[in-house]
Amino acid sequence: MKPELILTVEDVNKNFDGFKAITNLNFYLEQGELRVIIGPNGAGKSTFFDLLTGRTKPDTGKIEFGRRIDLTAMNEYEINRLGVGRKFQTPSVYVDHTVYENLLLSLKGPRGVFSTLFRRTTAAHRQRIDALLELIRLGPKRDWRAGQLAHGEKQWLEIGMLLAQEPQVLLVDEPAAGMTDEETHRTGELLISLAGQHSLIVIEHDMTFVKQIAEGRKVTVLHQGSILCEGRFEEVQANPEVREVYLGRGHKDR
Amino acid sequence: MPNLNDTQIIRRGLLGRIPARLELIGVIAAALVVIVVLPSLNAFAPEGSAFHVSDFTINLYGKYLCYAVLAISVDLLWGYTGLLSLGQCLFFSIGGYALGMYLMLMIGKLGQYHSDLPDFMVFLGYPKLPAHWVPFHSFWFAAAAVIWVPGAVALIFGYLAFRSRIRGVYFSILTQALTYAASLMFFRNDFTFGGNNGLTDFKFIVGHDVRQPATQRGLYICTGLLLLGTYALCKWLTQSKFGKLQRAVRDSENRVLFSGYATANFKLFVFVVSAIIAALAGALYVPQVGIINPSEMTPDKSLEAVVWVAVGGRGTLIGPIIGAVFVNALKSWATRAYPDLWLIILGAMFIVVVLFLPGGIVSIPRRVMARWRRPEQPLPPLPTPPVEASADPAKTSPASSAS
Repeated sequence: MKPELILTVEDVNKNFDGFKAITNLNFYLEQGELRVIIGPNGAGKSTFFDLLTGRTKPDTGKIEFGRRIDLTAMNEYEINRLGVGRKFQTPSVYVDHTVYENLLLSLKGPRGVFSTLFRRTTAAHRQRIDALLELIRLGPKRDWRAGQLAHGEKQWLEIGMLLAQEPQVLLVDEPAAGMTDEETHRTGELLISLAGQHSLIVIEHDMTFVKQIAEGRKVTVLHQGSILCEGRFEEVQANPEVREVYLGRGHKDR
Repeated sequence: MPNLNDTQIIRRGLLGRIPARLELIGVIAAALVVIVVLPSLNAFAPEGSAFHVSDFTINLYGKYLCYAVLAISVDLLWGYTGLLSLGQCLFFSIGGYALGMYLMLMIGKLGQYHSDLPDFMVFLGYPKLPAHWVPFHSFWFAAAAVIWVPGAVALIFGYLAFRSRIRGVYFSILTQALTYAASLMFFRNDFTFGGNNGLTDFKFIVGHDVRQPATQRGLYICTGLLLLGTYALCKWLTQSKFGKLQRAVRDSENRVLFSGYATANFKLFVFVVSAIIAALAGALYVPQVGIINPSEMTPDKSLEAVVWVAVGGRGTLIGPIIGAVFVNALKSWATRAYPDLWLIILGAMFIVVVLFLPGGIVSIPRRVMARWRRPEQPLPPLPTPPVEASADPAKTSPASSAS
């Protein structure tokens, strides 16, 4: 029996003033899967997330969520409400708000103007926030302003904000940037523990981190806006073409 | 642990809770002085006594209070939501015109031409009152128009601007263009609002003679109450979850949008609310000043309101009030003492605030306190509380802040 697809991307093209950001992209994500996307800078990774989340619209092709829900016709907040959460490359948290308030504003619930004016925060909400604080290990800093957190902690807070939305799909852009090795490892463990219940796509550069979360899973390599290869991490790592465009070049740079 | 307590005291106690209580006490005291004491001294203290407050002073303060309400409306957009509107005086003026139309019709036959028509219509040869003027014989119709006309203008403009995702400086320029275009329209004689003379020579408001000190005192008290009400409304608004979201939009609009909130609706709501607040201020301004004309809509007036907010302290509710009163009091003095230098003083003040005092006047006590406390508690006092022995930042930051 084939597992259900949660995301279907077929024949997608996207041009920016003649620059082909995405070319004939086909991508399928299964329910509960954790997929890592790697690729050199400018490979179209972030554009791919922009397409999935409604930030930009594809020129051609289809992008569907679950059973035939057309994402190309929806905007950012509609797609989010459907259950697609996104963590940005640079951590974006509300710097003037406390850690607690950051999570409060992200909790799943009504999103209208008037519900934010008149709805009260319930004990259930607070419990949910406490649980999230424990998960992202920011409990002792719940009353800190998010702007005072270290870079790695902001990353964790944003992941917590994402989880507060209870999305079905999590799009996570470079979660380990700015983290210590230990924090990176913990992030990896967290992401692995989320797979199954959630479906995840993770963009990452740090190969130790990729190895940690992608071992035995499918990895997609993007290059110049299309898929260079796709397969188990070990196979991809051994692929000479991949080494050439990505790993090889990365080595020379260093 | 002592570290943690210290930082909590600093962050929540000194900079949070106590000023909040101080603010409340201050607001109640100020409201009593402004709304009860000053008008009483004007009405009951005999003229010539040291306690007497002159009619002129009451009238002048009434004007300042109107400006304070306008400043709050600017701050609600700029300080709290990150929308720098450079056309807020448009709504202030529309509110003023709406009530001004009623006041014009209340002149009756007492005008220069002893006609049923307002003077400027006689002068410009109108055969009869234009249809859209007729319902303004009713005070309540005019009062409703003070609210819904600017509300509708803000709704339409805001809807188009926010739906098209116009942000930042583009939004500022558009609001400025809007108020400039409106002023050009109102300057025209055939726009039926009195051209560049505007509306003036008012006689009566709800049966009272506007030139009487008692009427002016009543208007002054109404303005004080409006300011208090505006303050209370905005306090509630900014402390609710809505207010948190407002500031979230200001700091990271994308995060809000990608968290499932239609940010355009939130911005539109704030824009309409602040337009209505500005309009109410304008409506009370006109009978106290005795005239409304299109120069109130020109962009420099709106820019001035932005300066009040910057000087007082944006992102607070007390700041705009202090800024509006302080700058206008200074203006009243400077335009008499050094009439040619006023604009230079205003500009210099703005530059000084932007460069050296970004938090405005209201941030001065906090700055002084921070400096005063520095020897015992280094600022920013943000060592990571030692939660886990393994957490790396905890080891490094106390060392660096202790040095």
